[in-house]
Amino acid sequence: MFDAIMKLSLLILAVSTLFYFYRLVKGPTVPDRVVALDAIGINLIGLTGVTSVMLKTSAFLDVILLLGILAFIGTVAFSKFLEKGEIIENDRNQ
Amino acid sequence: MTVISEWIIGTLILLGALLCLIASIGVLRLPDVYTRNHAASKGATLGVMSLLLGVFLYFLLIQGHFNSRVLLGIVFVFITSPVAGHLIMRAAFNTKIPLWENSVQNDLQKKRDSEKKFNEN
Repeated sequence: MFDAIMKLSLLILAVSTLFYFYRLVKGPTVPDRVVALDAIGINLIGLTGVTSVMLKTSAFLDVILLLGILAFIGTVAFSKFLEKGEIIENDRNQ
Repeated sequence: MTVISEWIIGTLILLGALLCLIASIGVLRLPDVYTRNHAASKGATLGVMSLLLGVFLYFLLIQGHFNSRVLLGIVFVFITSPVAGHLIMRAAFNTKIPLWENSVQNDLQKKRDSEKKFNEN
């Protein structure tokens, strides 16, 4: 029963990632795609958690933190690039 | 005891996965960038927090060790996901991406207009 619930959750998360992927490919504007990419990162965190429960190991749990940090940094860099045209501002650029 | 904790963990993980699915349906169906981001940042954050709480309880109650990295992951997602949503939507507003044509309230545009008028006078 427990294993069946885990498999069902994995399937649901995969379907939801597929929906995000549709929005990532089709999305009319650039912020749409960034939002979808951020949400795919969040969904990958959930997939990693469910997989480590299914395999009964805690070896993958470092990946959760790493994926969270990478999704956040990616979104911040994209939003700064959209707004200002550069990511790391330098005094020499002006 | 193990059966009860398995039921609790299963409920939490299934609820989290369903919330992620609802958030992705919102991203698929809602009309413009701002409402889509509203669905993604709130729904997906709540779903993945519930799911990670289930994973944490699994390792605490069934495997019997306290995993602090999952707790740190929950706190990190809870802090950073709304911040990321706010930043990307501010960038979208500043690059003049239009709202849905049926939306009735735009407070930020009103504030920008009044600031511009104040600076001109």
